[in-house]
Amino acid sequence: MKNAKGPVRLLQGNEAMVEGALMAGCRFFAGYPITPASEISELMSQRLPALGGTFIQMEDEIASMGAVVGASLAGVKAMTATSGPGFSLMQENIGFAAMTEVPCVVVDVMRGGMSTGLPTSPGQGDVMQARWGTHGDHPVIVLAASSVRDSFTITIQAFNLAEKYRVPVILLSDEIVAHTRESLVLPSVHEVEVVNRIKPTSPPDWYKPYEDNSRGVPPMAAFGDGYRHHVTGLVHDTHGFPTERPDEVKAFINRQFRKITHGAAEIQMTRRLLLDDAEVAVVAYGSVSRAVHRAVLRARENGIKAGLLQLITLFPFPKKAVDAVLRQCRSVLVPELNIGQISREVKRVNLTAKVVKYNRIDGLGITPDEIYGELMKL
Amino acid sequence: MTVSMAQLRDKYLRHDKKFPHVWCPGCGIGIVLGSLIRAIDRLDLAKDDIVLASGIGCSGRLPVYVDLNTVHTTHGRALTFATGVKLARPELTVITVMGDGDATAIGGNHFIHAARRNLDLTAIIINNQIYGMTGGQYSPATPYGAYATTAGYGHVEHAFSIAELAVAAGASFVARGTVYHAAQLDGLIKKAVEKTGFSVVEVMSNCHVQFGRRNGMPDPVSMLNWFKDRAVPVGTAADLSPGELDGKFSIGVLADVDKPNFHEEYRKIQERAGAFRET
Ligand SMILES: Cc1ncc(C[n+]2csc(CCOP(=O)(O)OP(=O)(O)O)c2C)c(N)n1
Ligand code: SF4
Repeated sequence: MKNAKGPVRLLQGNEAMVEGALMAGCRFFAGYPITPASEISELMSQRLPALGGTFIQMEDEIASMGAVVGASLAGVKAMTATSGPGFSLMQENIGFAAMTEVPCVVVDVMRGGMSTGLPTSPGQGDVMQARWGTHGDHPVIVLAASSVRDSFTITIQAFNLAEKYRVPVILLSDEIVAHTRESLVLPSVHEVEVVNRIKPTSPPDWYKPYEDNSRGVPPMAAFGDGYRHHVTGLVHDTHGFPTERPDEVKAFINRQFRKITHGAAEIQMTRRLLLDDAEVAVVAYGSVSRAVHRAVLRARENGIKAGLLQLITLFPFPKKAVDAVLRQCRSVLVPELNIGQISREVKRVNLTAKVVKYNRIDGLGITPDEIYGELMKL
Repeated sequence: MTVSMAQLRDKYLRHDKKFPHVWCPGCGIGIVLGSLIRAIDRLDLAKDDIVLASGIGCSGRLPVYVDLNTVHTTHGRALTFATGVKLARPELTVITVMGDGDATAIGGNHFIHAARRNLDLTAIIINNQIYGMTGGQYSPATPYGAYATTAGYGHVEHAFSIAELAVAAGASFVARGTVYHAAQLDGLIKKAVEKTGFSVVEVMSNCHVQFGRRNGMPDPVSMLNWFKDRAVPVGTAADLSPGELDGKFSIGVLADVDKPNFHEEYRKIQERAGAFRET
């Protein structure tokens, strides 16, 4: 991917996400217009038909999420994209996807504030909603893109993880990432690793759609494949039929978490910058990590041993990577465009470490100067 | 050749799995299930090629008993999932089963838009005029003046005429039947599934437990008689004055029109864009 040859394209984050999704094999998109995510819908509507895929603009985000799950049940990789208000509406059917283990990708291009908030400003206020937005204990993977290149590569990873672990993957972007234009060289399909869900090979009569195995991820048959089975949002047994038997309920819920724990090493992605000898560090994600990158380089120029741990995966929270930084550095800064949603997760990893938060909730991004200033205080 | 009930049961029900069913004795949903199975059998479709999607409610429990590709979705959202399935695999026959609250309260927006969009789906709406599963609260189909657990003083709202709503929203095929007129219902469901485009069958069905009991019809028979007395064939209804039709409803085919449907139109866009071209 790094050495991809091919024409240089000038793309915005939203466009790069579409390119990534299509390369990952996404052939169905359902959505409802909302700033700052609308370009994803628009470009999908242009690109999908030629690939034999389908775009549909639904009547709202509840419907969009339902259609995405339906398409994936029928064996087609599917995605939707939205922003805060729409993300709230999607929660019900994201829970259905988690419960029924239907792979899909949900992009939330975060904007500022609660409710209608600040439609054209960046924000990172949906982090905890991405983790816990739908009711009940549920597994989910949450990734965050910080650049146009990320928007491309992490979208591919989002699909791969969704397919591999049979979970909805929430991909967080923000207004800055979405609308910044940067150059990107797109690789050819052959240069990219694409993962597809495992299909059953047993005779249909033997197929148990929710049977446990070593990975905790059962093979998934698509509707129409000859493996007639039942899918329900009720807690179900290994056949997919509703159950209230405590032993079956417990086994089912435990498997949902076990499959993610099993894959943690691969799922929990982070990037380290100048951390090996760092004395102070910044933990950041999304557009903010770009500003941090700059600030860290400047700090180094001025003799401060600073480093950056960029979180690509927000959940399952990459505890190990964070813990290593907390142990090594005398203090750790966590800048965010919210009142401190990830800083609390960082703190929870090691209650004795010095974790300093820096937050903006006024609709403006965080600049390298601000981070540099905060680094000087550590 | 007529197929016996036992043959149909063995062919279409998941007999080894989740019986006994959840429904109250005498519930009309069982009659709808019978009609649906007979209609599917007459259509000679392969079970592997049929998807049955439902929402939440007593009616939403129907698919689990049927040996098809089945999905029990979220309350009111069956049509949204069905839309995704159909667009992903247009060769599948996709049927949804919903309750009156499911389809026209929480799912009302999805319902009218599915009709307007004219995707090739069938919606069977089991109208028992009440929220059965949650214990008899009023639904958008509860008649004015009727009693419900949330309308103990008599209902002050007015009911949707669901089939007429579907016609106005643009469905290609709309019919209404009742569980009393079961033989007719078989035919209406068959026609609806056969129809290319969005098709709707509203089925007046008895919930004697949650609706009938509070409205002077505490057993299935009194409710079936109520349907018998109030149902007027579409042709006859056309000759009656609004006064004569008061308190009655028409049964039969209310609309059957041909117009471009979503997935065929979209297929043309795909072809124009260059999909399916030999390379
Ligand atoms: C979002 C949501 N709200 C409320 C409920 C609770 N609920 C379950 S079934 C139902 C209504 C059922 O009535 P209807 O759709 O008419 O179907 P019936 O049970 O009569 O067949 C409600 C409100 C739910 N499951 N989900
Ligand atoms: S509550 Fe009503 S609709 Fe539900 S099973 Fe009983 S009779 Fe049927």
